[in-house]
Amino acid sequence: MSVSSELQCCRLKGRWADWITSGLSTMRIRPWLDRESVFSWLMLAPPLLFLAAFVGYPFCYGIVLSLQDRPVAQPGVFVGLKNFATDLKDPVFWRVASNTFIYTGIATLLKALGGLGLALAMNQQFRMKNLVRAVLLLPFIVPTVLSTVAWMWILDPAFSVFNWFLIRLGVPKPGPSWLGNPILAMTSIIVINTWRGLPFYGITLLAGLQTISPELYEVATVDGASGFQRFRYVILPLLQPILLIVTLFSVIFTFADFQLVYVLTHGGPQNATHLFATYAFDLAMGAGQLGLGASVALSMLPALALLIVALTRYMQRQ
Amino acid sequence: MVDGRGRIARLLRMWVPLGFFLVLALFPFYWMAVTSLKPNAELYNTRMMPLLVYHPTLKHYVDLLTETRFLAWTWNTMLVAIASTAISLVFGGMLAYPLARLRFPGAGLIAMGVAAVYLVPQPLLFIPLADLINRLRLGNTLTAVILTYPTMLVPFCAWLLMGYFKTVPPELEEAARIDGASHLQTMWRIFLPLCAPGFISAGIFAFTLAQNEFLYALIFLTKTSVRTVPIGVIAELIRGDVFYWGQLMAAALLGSIPVALIYSFFVEHYVAGLTSGSVKG
Repeated sequence: MSVSSELQCCRLKGRWADWITSGLSTMRIRPWLDRESVFSWLMLAPPLLFLAAFVGYPFCYGIVLSLQDRPVAQPGVFVGLKNFATDLKDPVFWRVASNTFIYTGIATLLKALGGLGLALAMNQQFRMKNLVRAVLLLPFIVPTVLSTVAWMWILDPAFSVFNWFLIRLGVPKPGPSWLGNPILAMTSIIVINTWRGLPFYGITLLAGLQTISPELYEVATVDGASGFQRFRYVILPLLQPILLIVTLFSVIFTFADFQLVYVLTHGGPQNATHLFATYAFDLAMGAGQLGLGASVALSMLPALALLIVALTRYMQRQ
Repeated sequence: MVDGRGRIARLLRMWVPLGFFLVLALFPFYWMAVTSLKPNAELYNTRMMPLLVYHPTLKHYVDLLTETRFLAWTWNTMLVAIASTAISLVFGGMLAYPLARLRFPGAGLIAMGVAAVYLVPQPLLFIPLADLINRLRLGNTLTAVILTYPTMLVPFCAWLLMGYFKTVPPELEEAARIDGASHLQTMWRIFLPLCAPGFISAGIFAFTLAQNEFLYALIFLTKTSVRTVPIGVIAELIRGDVFYWGQLMAAALLGSIPVALIYSFFVEHYVAGLTSGSVKG
């Protein structure tokens, strides 16, 4: 009995895998093609070629661009490190760098603390738990631009719903200018980024909490540990690997954030909320300076590379 | 009596934090809905209590659907999300199977490379990619985004599927191999059918990521007929300093519904995908 007829008892559609196999058998190259390493590389080749063309090549081309004076729709001229020198002399660049670090640092901290709180609040027995979890994840799944537009209206200079209440509580009209004042604007984008990222932390940490055996709590309770001590000495150490991975993930994507800032403040007021990504976009797409824009985008690379290598190695070890 | 008070205290301790998180998560959506139903006279009247609607109207929805190309944008978004998700699942599976189930030289290096590519954020690539898409003459075509979204989705799907594949016991494949099945047959007929839940998780996740994408669409799609929802909303409902708030909120709500619906059907798979990356299976 042939292999293919035996396999048909699996009742599966699509016999092409069998046809290819039997076709190759008659051509006598099947044993070679079916070697584990040959088959593996045949499978890997198409997606790897795709990634090479659309990630690898643009990445290298970006480095080339950053070394060129390259106005849009004109050929580039090699200028060495001139773009990077321009960046270092540009006060906006330094503002952007400090904005990005402040934004990433504070938002990550808030997300980690809030997410831990969310996970602990969810890690209890209550009715409709799955529904509550589904609802709490909504900010994370709804397209960022759409929820950001809602936030923009919540923080509108003239019709902010917050200010409506603040004014009635005695704050002088027109109330705080959430997106017009440099410090408030930075605060706003941090809070909204936290709002969106919090569920990711919360649900991931919740999954981590649920892997902790309840016996450990019991043992700790019997030994007289208080609630805080149980948290500090039982939960936190066991949660640490997950917390680390989630944080690294979130730092990478917060550091390179674009859409929230682009939509909400466009980097303003007076560059107070410009991040590397939005500034690179303005230089390349707005001012048409592709080379200079690429150099600003590449300035993210040292910090990002460090984070990416750390996270990749950590995930490999897991 | 004491029991009753203990129970109330316990309920409070449970629901006060939960209530806080729920209100925080839902308020912007409530605000979208309320705003989209208000007539302009109410919307821009600061004397009225803003949290309520006094004279609900569907005018903003009607205007959105008749005066803008919102339906076309929705169609484009769906098309792009489905096509790029499909490409990503196929390529992701092709990467994940050998990496998770077979032994061959270079496997560790490739796995690490795939993870690293997943973590490369778009802002690092968009300027050279814009130039590349221009040279391929793909500007203002949906092909431009269908080809570029998988750059972030393929490594992501591959990583997620690898995690899932590793949890499947190897006995069935070994049996098929002993019976003389080729690697291709083993993978296609024996292994992949067992992995449907993994593909659903990865697919849902990729789909929401594709719906969320903004930067590439912003650069590649500048004609109104090819825009996706996020780009259409930002570019055409905000004109200079004029914000069509009623329509903006209607669009934000309508644009969120497809993702939210699909997500609600597969929420367990979504959560499984979300947590598999960081919690050991």
